[in-house]
Amino acid sequence: MAKEALSKGTIYLLLTLGAVFMVLPFLWMISSSLKSPNEVMAMPPVWIPSQLNWDNYSEALRIAPFDKYFINSVIVTVLSTIGELLTTILAAYAFARIYFYGREIVFAVLLGTMMVPSEVLLIPNFVTLSNLGWIDSYKALIIPWTASVFAIFLLRQFFFGVPKELSYAAKVDGCSEFRFLWYVMVPLAKPALITIALLKVINSWNAFLWPLIVTNSQEMRTLPVGLSAFTTEAGIKYELLMAASSMVVLPMLILFFIMQKYIVAGVARTGLKG
Amino acid sequence: MDIRLNQLTMQFEEMTAVDRMTTTINNGELVSLLGPSGCGKSTTLMLLSGLYKPTSGEIFFGDKNVTRLDAEKRKIGMVFQNYALYPHLSVLKNIMFPLRMQKVPKKEARERAIEMAALVRIDHLLKRKPAQLSGGQQQRVAIARALVKKPKLLLLDEPLSNLDARLRLEMREEIRRIQQEVGITAVFVTHDQEEALSISDRVMLMNAGSIQQDSTPQQMYKKPVNEFVASFLGNPPINLMTVERMEARQYKLENSAQMVLLPERLNHERVRVGVRPEDLYLTDKDSGLLSGKVLHIETIGRDTMIRLKIGNTSVRALVDPKHQLQTGDICTLGADRDNIHYFDCDTGERVNVEKEAQGDADTADVEEYA
Repeated sequence: MAKEALSKGTIYLLLTLGAVFMVLPFLWMISSSLKSPNEVMAMPPVWIPSQLNWDNYSEALRIAPFDKYFINSVIVTVLSTIGELLTTILAAYAFARIYFYGREIVFAVLLGTMMVPSEVLLIPNFVTLSNLGWIDSYKALIIPWTASVFAIFLLRQFFFGVPKELSYAAKVDGCSEFRFLWYVMVPLAKPALITIALLKVINSWNAFLWPLIVTNSQEMRTLPVGLSAFTTEAGIKYELLMAASSMVVLPMLILFFIMQKYIVAGVARTGLKG
Repeated sequence: MDIRLNQLTMQFEEMTAVDRMTTTINNGELVSLLGPSGCGKSTTLMLLSGLYKPTSGEIFFGDKNVTRLDAEKRKIGMVFQNYALYPHLSVLKNIMFPLRMQKVPKKEARERAIEMAALVRIDHLLKRKPAQLSGGQQQRVAIARALVKKPKLLLLDEPLSNLDARLRLEMREEIRRIQQEVGITAVFVTHDQEEALSISDRVMLMNAGSIQQDSTPQQMYKKPVNEFVASFLGNPPINLMTVERMEARQYKLENSAQMVLLPERLNHERVRVGVRPEDLYLTDKDSGLLSGKVLHIETIGRDTMIRLKIGNTSVRALVDPKHQLQTGDICTLGADRDNIHYFDCDTGERVNVEKEAQGDADTADVEEYA
């Protein structure tokens, strides 16, 4: 018993330490967002601002059109998530249940693309999009992100686990393949689909590099890119940047608290970080 | 509606799963497809359902050639070993599913589903999800779902194999009751001989893609047409021995000095002799068939099973427990002439020694057996 209590104590201690390290940057962000410009850079660091400068928030919102960025972020996140779910469901079903010539090879090639680092793809993708004339449009922000090999792989594995007899039964009952997919397979795959959607929403909301490259105008910027507005020639206005950042992460934090159960399950399922 | 298979063949790449199968299933009959795993019984069922299309041959439902017709157009109901219920739908919605697919109005579908649920006695579970039901209840739901659209043919693919022994017995009777109540033609696939023999009007025993014997359960047990059928049916299994003719009616048991007296009409130099353990009885030396040393005694239920060693052959017999036997005793076993089966050594086919070779005519006493 004593040994057990000890090991439990150790585990809790380590977890607490880990949690503290994870939370510190967030606390620092919030703290900095309320500081005066002098305090932000003060040495030694000031943890609790002498005066709470809530004005930083309104100032941040005034400097850059965050309402526009927010709308862009929402549009991009929602549409690319819906798009990815659609393509994933169709592709995963085809790879799991429809026999066609060369299926395994096509799938192996798809999996192979996962090995290519996304940074390598930036330039060719950019060139392709600029040839299509899509630069600085929603199309550029959304369409390249409406398919994910990883998501297809995940869902395909899930579909494999659904007994074949279920589709036989449905077929005998007069249910077409397409209908079977939407009426039976999709409801069954809900846990996997929620995982896929959550990972997508988080990634899409936080995406920085791609939106930075394919957008030129303020009209098309998303929130993470918009944050760069505080980087001026005269230096970085940290207190404003932190205030804006706090606002940007808020929706994700809310999402996390609501969907915590699914996110944890999803990360455990995929063996990847979110 | 009679179902007729004509030279039905199914090939998977190199393997022939069903080989030129020809038979007729009569309207209202419950027919079992029985056989060891890989014998083609499930493939035959898949061909009947239309989920597989045959390599060659034809399937007729009544007068209609349905060989190339898709599953959903064949008006069949199907029940699977793993139930295959839709896990996210309630019992009621599961049963309504086939009707909804046929665009039956919701209200009517509901009424028919409830009616069918009552027939299979699960009408108190309509709101539950499949995961909240026992295996037996799930299988009842699956049967209701298969029958609700009033199919012409019910196909059951090892429906009892996932159930525990007691439930299996109960569901077996239930399937028979429901089948007769609805009056539907049914094909039942199983690898369990007891199941097949007890439930069916007719059994088709399959091996390596073709029907070995197609007859009433009793006929199959009493008059196996070949060695495979004889050895597949029965538990404990039939005793099979090879004998060689010495002179006239005297035959010598292979690998022993034992002489056996066999009927005159047999007239084979070498032949396989089969006797079921329950057809052997203890007797005195003169009227006996075989004698040997008792190797092993085992009490199974109301019988005692003994194993005799005769030369290199061991012979099992179920005997009356009132005989006081001990291992090491020498005893003699006898069997009635009708209960001794002979098979050709090369072909495995039955060798008939009865005066008039009896065909499949004696179906009159089926009811008694079933």
